[in-house]
Amino acid sequence: MSSIGTGYDLSASTFSPDGRVFQVEYAMKAVENSSTAIGIRCKDGIVFGVEKLVLSKLYEEGSNKRIFNIDRHVGMAVAGLLADARSLAEVAREEASNFRSNYGHDIPLKHLSDRVAMYVHAYTLYSAVRPFGCSFILGSYDKDDGAQLYMVDPSGISYGYWGCAIGKAKQAAKTEIEKLQVRRLYSRQKQKLKLIYIVHDEVKDKAFELELSWVGDVTNGRHELVPKDVKEEAEKYAKVRLYETECSEFYNSCETAGPPASMLGVRSVLQVVCGKRCCRRSTWTCFLFQDSLEEEDDSDEDNM
Amino acid sequence: MAAAASMMPIFGHQISSKNDLVPDWSREEVSTGTTIMAVEYDGGVVIGADSRTTTGAYIANRVTDKLTRIHDRIYCCRSGSAADTQAIAEVVSYQLGFHSVELDEPPLVETAANLFRASCYRYREELMAGILVAGWDRRKGGQVYCVPIGGMLVRQPVAVGGSGSTYVYGFMDSNYKPGLNKDQCLELTASGKVVAGHAGSWSPQDLTLCVLQLCLWPWRGTAPAAASSGWPPSLRTAWSGGSFWETSCPGSPLTERAHFLCSCYMC
Repeated sequence: MSSIGTGYDLSASTFSPDGRVFQVEYAMKAVENSSTAIGIRCKDGIVFGVEKLVLSKLYEEGSNKRIFNIDRHVGMAVAGLLADARSLAEVAREEASNFRSNYGHDIPLKHLSDRVAMYVHAYTLYSAVRPFGCSFILGSYDKDDGAQLYMVDPSGISYGYWGCAIGKAKQAAKTEIEKLQVRRLYSRQKQKLKLIYIVHDEVKDKAFELELSWVGDVTNGRHELVPKDVKEEAEKYAKVRLYETECSEFYNSCETAGPPASMLGVRSVLQVVCGKRCCRRSTWTCFLFQDSLEEEDDSDEDNM
Repeated sequence: MAAAASMMPIFGHQISSKNDLVPDWSREEVSTGTTIMAVEYDGGVVIGADSRTTTGAYIANRVTDKLTRIHDRIYCCRSGSAADTQAIAEVVSYQLGFHSVELDEPPLVETAANLFRASCYRYREELMAGILVAGWDRRKGGQVYCVPIGGMLVRQPVAVGGSGSTYVYGFMDSNYKPGLNKDQCLELTASGKVVAGHAGSWSPQDLTLCVLQLCLWPWRGTAPAAASSGWPPSLRTAWSGGSFWETSCPGSPLTERAHFLCSCYMC
């Protein structure tokens, strides 16, 4: 992964001696520097979740969206260079609109993703242009074909998925998705949203905004942002479950390793496991471990 | 057909206005003075057309096939200028074939109808084509779309077209009702064509009928002017349940009349 392509990586029109096009690989690295985006295909729809890292408190909430509407039944979640992603969203919109104008019905998602992937691929052929530095996930729902999910990466390949993740924490996210057995889920089930929260929490110490959108039976085939009340309910559920899981993991590790050596040890362990965001909930977590943390009293909660 | 004469290209006028020695049919455009019909039923469509092509008063072809294949399960019924409709059908066939390969699945009837509409509307000043697009697809089943002169597109459960269709409107209004099955649709179409033939052109015509549905291959046959004895055995077996006339004739006063009319006028 960290091999340097000296001399063979200056343009996309050059192969290296071992058959790689380095510019395309560098473009994929650009995607991996960005925060995570996840798409999951359920029985009756698609859910997208994007973790938007908020770099400044002065940013207006909801600006720089990373989920786009391509057509009324198609949504797109992106990771990577946002400017590149925006121009590709525009390309996808034109494709979908031209198809509708020529053929009179909604574009099938496989066709759309093939067309946009062809476009992305075209930019990997010449030295005059650079490849697009973004990957994106396209999702749609249709009564006849059901839910569909495709992912396109900077090399111009598109694959269909049951669940996929792009960006920083994509490995962790993929692991979580595999645990979920996505084929059996329905859009409204909160397990998905919890998953997004788990993965997003992997990034510590950074404020983030969670963008959620879905398309499916629940929205009558239209791609929309998840309504605020559903999102908040899911977030609450996700946070509770998340801490439960982590604390139970901790508890299990306590049991196997024996009681903690000291209060300090416990505190530091709790901090590492649950993250600083857990601080305010420490009374709850402490309640769970009453027997091992007997000496913990309420005055400690603010210090943790 | 009066409308056709007024839209003649200029070289035609030069010959016609000066020369009475040349018969009118040598300078008229080839046209299909036509009756075409299409009926949808649950699981497919039945389409029918007469078989006459005229240049003026001369019948240039009395065994024309106006039911043109666009794709495996999509056909069109052509009326108007024969050249125009053939050219459009060829173009749409090509576009639809390409589209179907791109998508890697059978095309929708709606797509074919939209392609017809796009050509008919864009070149509406130059063309004279009235087309019925009918077929079967997985999503919406049997469908009939009407693309008349001018390039409108509308979906209808049953549609008629061509200059002979005026004679059939009354018949269709009184005899069509939603929810017919395949046999009833065949009967309706055949009888309608006979009515049109009798009322319109006063001469025997062959009827071409075609059934498009999911499981059967497109079945087509020319219903002969004579009764079931003229029915070729191969087609009889292809049509499940015996020959066309046998399955749809018994009982109904409508088909008895049709039967009678057919036997009067011999080819």
